Amino acid sequence: MTNTGAASVIRMTAAELAAELAAGTISSVEATQAHLDRIAAVDGQLGAFLAVDPEVSLAAAREVDARRAAGGSLGALAGVPLAIKDLLVTTDMPTTSGSRMLEGYRSPFDATAVAKSRAAGLIGIGKTNMDEFAMGSSTEHSAYGPTRNPWALDRVPGGSGGGSAAAVAGFEAPLALGSDTGGSIRQPAALTGTVGAKPTYGGVSRYGAIALASSLDQIGPCARTVLDTALLHDVIAGHDPRDSTSLRHEWPSMAAAAREGAGTDTLRGLRVGVVKQLMLDGVQPGVKAQFESTLALLAEQGAEIIEIDAPHFEYAVAAYYLILPAEASSNLAKFDSVRFGMRVLPEGGGTVESVMAATREAGFGPEVKRRIILGTYALSAGYYDAYYGNAQKVRTLIQRDFEEAFSQVDIIAAPTAPTTAWQLGSSSSDVMAEYLKDATTIPVNLAGIPGLSLPIGRAAEDGLPVGMQLLAPAFEDARMYRVGSAIEQLITDREGSPFWANAPAIESSIPGKAAE
Amino acid sequence: MAKTKLLSFEEALERFEPVIGLEVHVELNTQTKMFSPAPNVFGSDPNTNLSPTCLGLPGSLPVLNGEAVKYSIRLGLALGCEIAERSGFARKQYFYPDLGKNYQISQYDDPIAFDGEVEIEIPSGRIITVPIERAHMEEDAGKLNHVGGSTGRIQGAEYSLVDYNRAGVPLVEIVTRPIFGGEADTPEIAAAYVSTIRDIVIALGVSDARMERGNIRCDANVSLRPRGNEDAGMSVLGTRTETKNVNSLRSIERAVRFEIQRQAAILADGGTITQETRHWHEDTGETSPGRPKSDADDYRYFPEPDLAPMTPSRELVEELRATLPEHPTTRRRRLRESWGFAALEFQDVINAGLLDTIEATVDAGVPPQTARKWWTGEIARVANERGALSAELITVEQVASVVALVDAGTLNDKLARQVIHGIIDGEGTAEEIVTARGLGIVSDEGALIEAVDAALAQQPDVLAKIRDGKVQAAGAIIGAVMKTMRGQADAGRVRELVLERAGL
Repeated sequence: MTNTGAASVIRMTAAELAAELAAGTISSVEATQAHLDRIAAVDGQLGAFLAVDPEVSLAAAREVDARRAAGGSLGALAGVPLAIKDLLVTTDMPTTSGSRMLEGYRSPFDATAVAKSRAAGLIGIGKTNMDEFAMGSSTEHSAYGPTRNPWALDRVPGGSGGGSAAAVAGFEAPLALGSDTGGSIRQPAALTGTVGAKPTYGGVSRYGAIALASSLDQIGPCARTVLDTALLHDVIAGHDPRDSTSLRHEWPSMAAAAREGAGTDTLRGLRVGVVKQLMLDGVQPGVKAQFESTLALLAEQGAEIIEIDAPHFEYAVAAYYLILPAEASSNLAKFDSVRFGMRVLPEGGGTVESVMAATREAGFGPEVKRRIILGTYALSAGYYDAYYGNAQKVRTLIQRDFEEAFSQVDIIAAPTAPTTAWQLGSSSSDVMAEYLKDATTIPVNLAGIPGLSLPIGRAAEDGLPVGMQLLAPAFEDARMYRVGSAIEQLITDREGSPFWANAPAIESSIPGKAAE
Repeated sequence: MAKTKLLSFEEALERFEPVIGLEVHVELNTQTKMFSPAPNVFGSDPNTNLSPTCLGLPGSLPVLNGEAVKYSIRLGLALGCEIAERSGFARKQYFYPDLGKNYQISQYDDPIAFDGEVEIEIPSGRIITVPIERAHMEEDAGKLNHVGGSTGRIQGAEYSLVDYNRAGVPLVEIVTRPIFGGEADTPEIAAAYVSTIRDIVIALGVSDARMERGNIRCDANVSLRPRGNEDAGMSVLGTRTETKNVNSLRSIERAVRFEIQRQAAILADGGTITQETRHWHEDTGETSPGRPKSDADDYRYFPEPDLAPMTPSRELVEELRATLPEHPTTRRRRLRESWGFAALEFQDVINAGLLDTIEATVDAGVPPQTARKWWTGEIARVANERGALSAELITVEQVASVVALVDAGTLNDKLARQVIHGIIDGEGTAEEIVTARGLGIVSDEGALIEAVDAALAQQPDVLAKIRDGKVQAAGAIIGAVMKTMRGQADAGRVRELVLERAGL
């Protein structure tokens, strides 16, 4: 890189920016300022961020610059800005999880994924918007207003992590942290043309992540390239004594796997599974076309495409929408006004019970209430076995389906989402129809296996990004980075330019100031 | 409160058979809490022993304390229980401000310990085997302090303050199966059972076991069934009430007795018992209704997804079994026989909580009766006066050192009492106090003879009596000499000298 002007800085991948930082051609303060300027220019339109504090971010950048100047040893991503989904608690910025319930809440501790990122020298640049308590697939359920898709401002960025995905797609940050309970990293990645990974359950600590469904939640990385995603994955992975469900496992370098994948010249011997049940009936033609052309590209390179039957996936959505609300109803019980967060006093005072009730009535949005009621019902005496109990059995059957599949193939490929980004406000009032859109991503969370979504082109009919997800067996996260990186390279070679070379420009919302 | 109608205990038993079931909560004295690194300490300022997990702050997670698991396994083994190869935690959900998360992490259908039994002995000497259904782990809740109003209860309070220091303290809840056949001993059985649980946890060292601090809390389930069902076992049971948080042994006995009499009066009148929780009132000696309780209470239990199940290895269980102390009931029997105490003497020692202390004193070389005499006598008297525990006033070694001085003839019992007071007041070692207070027995024959001669000279009539052979008259002279010597003389030697100087 010779041109290190602001416009090119925000266009750099994290790996490129890290190289410039290491070479000393740019400082972290400059890189951070460039991204802050971009946020100031375009976030009025995108609405990706809920909190930005330039002083805090620049102070962190100055510290990294000082450590670098002093010759201290720094992590591979030191000095690179990072957007943080607002369900990860942070000491230096507020954390709301997209809810009125936590407006202005300051955590006395950092989430482990945030603490590890800080320790690696990453610069927290802001907290990103999300569906309230991560419940939703469009980020329209945020209590603070929707986030818009940088590819088409009248479209949703997906959800629940629409803020993180839009921040990365809108060049407001090269990297972001997200959480994926039923697709909240992968689906927004697909809808915004970014890359997002849901690690193996337990691969990244959940400590400090405001829990939605504890047995499904997983923190993961988002970026514009597979390598960048892998680099961030390496920073946040590993056992955490504060999270009993985090795995004691020596993880191989995901970045090394991604680099290896990009350098592969043949895919001979790779067995790619296509699960019949993940090819939904309502898949948009442009999504289907891009998915099939990518499979053809893989086959051309010697990969073997094998159709897989996973009979129990049919029950995945039903099981998921019992397990998730059940756990969420319990996890959200703590929001009662007694110790933190919003407090609403009913007229004429009242008992602690009436204060709790009034606060929860005022503080939770309709989707959150819907799921709390569903979950409370599902766990009620007499219903537990029929609902939660049976859902757990389905979960075991889905795990077996995956085990059976991975005895035949090395990796599974599927469209991440059945459609491209839809119009803001067009979400169906048919809740069931909305829930069914997650049918492609949910089985992964139920089984606890890793999944990675990457852009494979744009749909002919609307020009919007299409994502493909790659699924690997538990503990084999590196495999999806290796294959993902190979696919990314093949598509770049086919198109003659990287996917992001054709990103749309966003008009600055500040009069007289160019966005780039 | 209207006076509750009661049937006499005797008539109640004539018409009905009492059946009880006891739930005892034991707070473990681990260094840190059950699921967080916050300290587990009693008596700190409110809300100082906290971590994000104790408050249920957003993003916090529980991490199981391994010590608490080991303590629970040891307690389970001491209760004769099986230890589950796999046992998990569950969330028990209800909204209450003393629960930071609005659910309690507990165990539901797979407790860590199950199927045990405990042998207990009531004061009459009757021995009963109490069947244990389960012992499970759970976290304690915080404490509500109701401010304003006169009762300290929630009714009439202006507001309430929550102290989360206790939130997350590890508990083991021990649940008995129904106890049949207690008959007229039933109230005593309840108290003896809790007392035995207390002895067991003390012997194990897993709890501070201070009932007045709530380290051990008892809920007593009582039901009556008509006579004629004595062999019916579980197939016929009356409706039960659960009297909550009865927190002294005496109260447990009284509460069970009261419930038997109260329920009997209702049933005798053709009424029915309401299944409910009840509160015990120490002042009136009565129970009063709490909230109605039914088996349909819906806590929406489900497996705690933040914690993996416990799978203690059989090796660990056997290792822990090897560390178990002697069962308290067995130990008592052994000590009573080896010390040769009368039943009443031994009961006094037990009631005073001095068994360990006396055993240690005997181990330090003091004869059992002498050890008992000092600890249940003078030391207990001072402790009682000062509202302190005997063991806080003086150590076993200090008592042994005083007894050694008595054996050596340096002190008599009266002087020894003074030395003990000196030790309690922190005046130094026994020897230092003897010197400082000038308490040693005077063995200077010259001084004694001088005192004897002076006393004889002052009471010539007594001297005459002695010389006339009325030896018992010497008592007056001995008393005078002891007074002159301020008690610091060996009374036996003084007597010899009196007779000698009188010319006998």
